[in-house]
Amino acid sequence: MTTITNKAQNPTAHLSPDDIEALGAELDAIRQSVLDARGETDAAYIRTMVDVQRKLELGSRAVLLVSAFPPAWLLGTAGLAVAKILENMEIGHNVMHGQWDWMRDPKIHSTTWEWDNASTADGWKHSHNEVHHTYTNIVGKDNDLGYGIMRVDEEQRWYPLYLAQPLWNFINACFFEYGIAAYDLELGRNLRTPKEKRSEEFKRSLTNTLKKIRKQATKDYVINPALAAPTGSFLPALAANFTANVIRNIWSHSVIMCGHFPEGVETFELKSIPEKETRGEWYLRQMLGSANISGSKLMHIMTGNLSHQIEHHLFPDLPSSRYAEVAPQVRAIFEKYGLNYHSAPLPQQVASAWHRVVRLSFPNGWLATTNAKNLPSQLKLLYAMTTADKRKRRVMQRLLESAAAKKEMAKAA
Amino acid sequence: MSTTTDTVRPTRLRTGLRSLLDAAVTPLSVDDLLDHFAPLRNGAQAGLQGRIVAVESETADAATIVLKPGKDWNGHIPGQYVRVGVDVDGVRLWRTYSLTHGPRRDGRISITVKAIPGGAVSQHLVRTARPGQMLQLAQAEGDFVLTPPQSGSRQKLLLITAGSGITPVIGMLRNLYSRNEAAARAAYDIVLVHSAMKRDEVIFGAELRAHADAGRLRLVERHTDTDGLLTMADLEAEVPDLAERTAYACGPAGLLDTLEAYYGERRLTLHTERFRPTVVDVAAEGGTLTFAGGSAASVETDGSVPILDAAESAGVLMPSGCRMGICMGCVLPMKSGAVRDLRNGELTVAVPGETHPDGVKIQTCISAAAGDCTFDH
Repeated sequence: MTTITNKAQNPTAHLSPDDIEALGAELDAIRQSVLDARGETDAAYIRTMVDVQRKLELGSRAVLLVSAFPPAWLLGTAGLAVAKILENMEIGHNVMHGQWDWMRDPKIHSTTWEWDNASTADGWKHSHNEVHHTYTNIVGKDNDLGYGIMRVDEEQRWYPLYLAQPLWNFINACFFEYGIAAYDLELGRNLRTPKEKRSEEFKRSLTNTLKKIRKQATKDYVINPALAAPTGSFLPALAANFTANVIRNIWSHSVIMCGHFPEGVETFELKSIPEKETRGEWYLRQMLGSANISGSKLMHIMTGNLSHQIEHHLFPDLPSSRYAEVAPQVRAIFEKYGLNYHSAPLPQQVASAWHRVVRLSFPNGWLATTNAKNLPSQLKLLYAMTTADKRKRRVMQRLLESAAAKKEMAKAA
Repeated sequence: MSTTTDTVRPTRLRTGLRSLLDAAVTPLSVDDLLDHFAPLRNGAQAGLQGRIVAVESETADAATIVLKPGKDWNGHIPGQYVRVGVDVDGVRLWRTYSLTHGPRRDGRISITVKAIPGGAVSQHLVRTARPGQMLQLAQAEGDFVLTPPQSGSRQKLLLITAGSGITPVIGMLRNLYSRNEAAARAAYDIVLVHSAMKRDEVIFGAELRAHADAGRLRLVERHTDTDGLLTMADLEAEVPDLAERTAYACGPAGLLDTLEAYYGERRLTLHTERFRPTVVDVAAEGGTLTFAGGSAASVETDGSVPILDAAESAGVLMPSGCRMGICMGCVLPMKSGAVRDLRNGELTVAVPGETHPDGVKIQTCISAAAGDCTFDH
């Protein structure tokens, strides 16, 4: 991936400023049609969803009281994992976006909702709603791009440390909720700041997050197992909670990777974004910076309708249950304006996102110029680049890039 | 000593158990979960609710909604009103209605609603509400109630109502005559002057006429289609002993204003019940409302709309109450800016550094923006 302004072929080059504003107006019209239509059935949808989720979680936890019995463990763990996924994705994420604020129900409202996750609702709303949704895919501005710990773009300089990023990414997937919490706190940046210079706001958020993590861990790893102890199910229940959390973490990590990381999703240079981005320009950036997952209705619900990532990024505050219905209209606009509507089944999108993570863990061009025959020499080159000083590494990098470009040209010809 | 420990121990055990269970379901509480099974129980987390048990048609445009209130309902005195939160097209809207029964043996309460043309909530309640649906409730409020009977003397009352203004009065009457009729007859001498468009639009018409036929009260029924609007001269002619009677009035603002002026001049006792604030015509200004606290929102509004309505329409979760400037349930601190009281045009201004650092508290339900305003909310 290269930011679009640095690409040989900018995918938006064929659009005039008027086209972009016209496209914005068409998207606004779609948005208005949903605002006009939303009503009782939408309200019933989210209330039913919350009701089903809570009963499923309660039922699963009840089954786990006898989780020393293996079938009960399996059933309870599966139920709890599904309940946690629904709670985080279709309910928590979307409620905190304010998708249901229009109902004026204080129980289902972005300002009052708290979720079953290590990160606090307040911290998450700031980093996700304000930063990520506003600065989507702008390198250096949108921390969702690699969460500040990964190399997700060719234009980020390669360091040997990045060789471990597939491993980081996997560990981050398993413990994703803590990753998000750390990321919401901008933990890395703040820990680098000397203690006495850290902001009051950070200290407060840190205290709140630690308190929340303690409560969450007490629930999953102390109290619920203890309630199961009378049937000799303490350890099985603990394992069940841990497993359900890991499943939820890996699932949400995968879905979120699919939203912005698959190959072909565009990134943007900060300096290419006009100071006063128009509505149309903002829409265009959202259109190119997101990817959808195609699949069944159940899959959409389990991803919190983030399978409609494109629609979600265009209309983050519309009820998630309406994304499926506007998707064909949005797609038609992509086609009308000659843009690529990026959609593929889940396994394909996950593989593509992982391919990008692996590819970028190596220096630019390394993976492209490597084949079975030249593997030993390529590894030697990689070793040399890893151990070389900055200047030599930069020279080797340039050579590698031109070799890759040559190969690309040969392929094209 | 033993009695105190006996009562303390179970409570402590209960709170201990409760906090353990709450910790087992955090970030929710046990109450949040119980709401999904028993929304009408004591201590419901989602607030007081009521389940509709019947929707009874009164006239072509009016219906009585009978509700089973949650266990937290504190009861009411006839003549009081209740705030009701109704989900109309998925949006929760709050309105105020008089309770139209005295306290009932079956514990149910009722409101009677007249469908106003274009009225979202009243149309919904009269036309689409069905038994089984839930409504949000607040506790009963209001001091439009009869003075309790005094032994030995008979209170002379004049009840003046128009249209759906009959609703608090029917609650009083039902309460009086359904319990101990002889005692009620001995305690009160009642004249009821009721005005409605035409005979078949009189809500509770048959019931009122039955009261009159049974000699429980004197009913003066006026139909504005044929008799015109009720004037003070009409009233004096119909009720010669008006000056001796304590008056209770409920109806449109015009009628109440006239009555208040008349009674005020003569220093006679009048209790009134209004369901809408009297709005004065003030120069509309409007501006941007900024909610700088947890709500983090900004809303454009004009100078004729209450801040509460403007903010709610924009999806901001606002505290609210009576919506007519009485209960102070909607008060928010204004950090900077100016608002105009929609009832009298009075200006309230907050200037950082000059006014109180916590802001000036204003009632959002009867204030409109007179320029840009910032609130801590």
